Amino acid sequence: MQLDELYRQVIMDHYQHPRNQGELTEKTVSVDLRNPSCGDEITLQLEVADGRVQDVRFRGSGCSISMASASMMTEAIKGQDVPEALSLAKVFRSMIRGEAVDTEVLGDLESLQGVSRFPARVKCALLAWQALEKAVSGHTDHQPE
Amino acid sequence: MSMEDVRKDFPIFEQVINGHPLVYLDSAATSQKPRPVIEAIDRYYRESNSNVHRGVHTLGSRATEAYELAREKVARFINAPSSDLVVFTRGTTESLNMIGYGYARTKLREGDEIVLTPAEHHSNLIPWQQAARATGARLKYIPLQADGTITLEDVRGTITDKTRLVAIAQVSNVLGTIYPIREIVDLAHAVGAVVVVDGAQSVPHMPVDVQALDCDFLAFSGHKMCGPTGVGVLYGKRERLEEMEPTYFGGEMIDVVELYEASWKEIPWKFEGGTPIIAGAIGLGAAVDYLTGIGMEEIRRHDRELTEYALERLRSLPGVTVYGPEAAGERGGLVTFNVDGVHPHDVSTVLDSEGIAIRAGHHCAQPLMRWLEVPATARASFYLYNTKADVDALVHGLNTVKEFFQHAIG
Repeated sequence: MQLDELYRQVIMDHYQHPRNQGELTEKTVSVDLRNPSCGDEITLQLEVADGRVQDVRFRGSGCSISMASASMMTEAIKGQDVPEALSLAKVFRSMIRGEAVDTEVLGDLESLQGVSRFPARVKCALLAWQALEKAVSGHTDHQPE
Repeated sequence: MSMEDVRKDFPIFEQVINGHPLVYLDSAATSQKPRPVIEAIDRYYRESNSNVHRGVHTLGSRATEAYELAREKVARFINAPSSDLVVFTRGTTESLNMIGYGYARTKLREGDEIVLTPAEHHSNLIPWQQAARATGARLKYIPLQADGTITLEDVRGTITDKTRLVAIAQVSNVLGTIYPIREIVDLAHAVGAVVVVDGAQSVPHMPVDVQALDCDFLAFSGHKMCGPTGVGVLYGKRERLEEMEPTYFGGEMIDVVELYEASWKEIPWKFEGGTPIIAGAIGLGAAVDYLTGIGMEEIRRHDRELTEYALERLRSLPGVTVYGPEAAGERGGLVTFNVDGVHPHDVSTVLDSEGIAIRAGHHCAQPLMRWLEVPATARASFYLYNTKADVDALVHGLNTVKEFFQHAIG
C-alpha cells in the first residue's frame, strides 16, 4: 500500500486551498450532513435555477479526503445541469467502489481513485456527494442511490 | 509469567500488516484474544454445546455447569459477594440500558436528578437522557477541569438531595482520567442516590473491587478484557437487582406462566431471557482466568509504565497535542492526541501504512469533543501485550505523518 496513491498532490492542494468555501446569499437549498461514525461534517449550499447549478459553496470539517472531495466536487458541478451533476456523482461513486469508469468526465476528481483501495476512507470521499444528492433530490426526478 | 511472554499467547500477532509487524494500539476499542480464550470457546462448541438450565441430558448439565462456573469466576474477579449478583449481558451498552429501563424508569420521578460528567461515553449518557425524558427527571453535569479531572468540591456541589442516580465511568475512554469512584459513591449514598459505574475501560485494566467501591451497579464488556465480543456483565447489589425489573421477557427467565400473567425467576436469571450467551460467558470465564494468572496489579503496572513512556515521548514531539491528565498515575492505559494541521483520519491512515492500529474519530463522546473544541482526536491505547517498542513505532509513525503531510501540503 503506497500512501502516495491515496494522497495525491492535487488532493493536498484542494485540502489546503479549498475552492468554493463559504456561504451563498442566493441559495436555493442548504444541506447539513455528517458522518456520525467519525464526526466529519459538511454544509453544502446550492443555487439552482433553470435546472442548473448556478452557484455552490460548502463549509465543513473533516479529513483531507472528505474536504478535498467536497472542494473538487463544487468545481466540477458549478454550471452543470442537475441531471449532469447527478450522473457525475454516479460515476464518482463507481470509481470509489473500485469499478472501471470513464475518467474523462471526472477531471481532478480522478485523483481520488486511490481511495478505492482504502475501504476505511470510502465514506470520507462520499460525504460531499451524499450531500449533493440530498440537496438536488427535490429538483429532479432522479432518485439518489 | 513475564510480560515479554504474554505476546506469544496472542495468535493475531503472528502476521504482518501492510508489510510491517502488527502494532495494535486500539485495545480500548477491543482487545485481542489469547489462545486459552479462543480454545475454551472452540472446546465448548466441540465437546459441550447444549442449551443450559433445561435439558436433563449429559451435555445439558455440562453446558450449565460451565456457564455457571463462568459466572462464579467473574464474581470472584470483581470481588462480588455472591455469584448471583453477576448478570450476563451483551456488553456494557446493554447493561447500562437495562439499568435505564429496568431500574431508572421505574424509580425516577419528575424533578429527580441524574448526575453525570460531560466525559461519558454515549452508552453512559443516552440511556440517562432517555430515562430522564420518560420520567421528567433532570440531567446535571459535574464540570470537568482543564485536564479532564473532576474535583470532589464540584461533585459535592452537583449532588443534591434531589439526586437519585449518579452514572460515571471509572476511566474515561477519551481522556483516560481515573475518576474517584469511592468518594463519589459516599457522597451519593449520603443523599440516598444510587451509583452506576461504567467499568468498560477500568475492569480490563486494573483491580476493581465492587465491595471496596460500594457502587450499586457496575457494567463492563468481555471483549475489552481478552474475552469474546457479544458478552458483558451487569453487576448489582442484591437489593438493587431485586428491585430492578427484567427488560427482556420470554424463555429462561420465568417462574410460572399463566395465560394472563407470569412471574420471574430469582436474580440473576430473571434478567437473562432467552438462550443466554453461553459460549461468550465461557470465553469470558477463560479470559478472567488468563488475566488473573498474570495478575491485575501487574497489568495495571504495565499499562501505567507504557502510558508514562508514551506521554513522555508524545509530549516531546513538536506539533503534537496530548489531552487528559498530566500524570500517568491519574489515568488508564491510553493517550489521546492530535497532530497539528492533520486530521486524525489522515494520521490513522498513515500509521496503518506502517502496521500501526490506532483509533481516530469522536470515540462515542461527542459532548467531550465539543468540550475539547476539536472535531475528532486520535487515540493510542495499551494492554498487556504492548511493549515500549510499540510506543517507539507509534512515535516513528507520527514523524512519518508530519513529514508526509509537510511534504504533501508543501
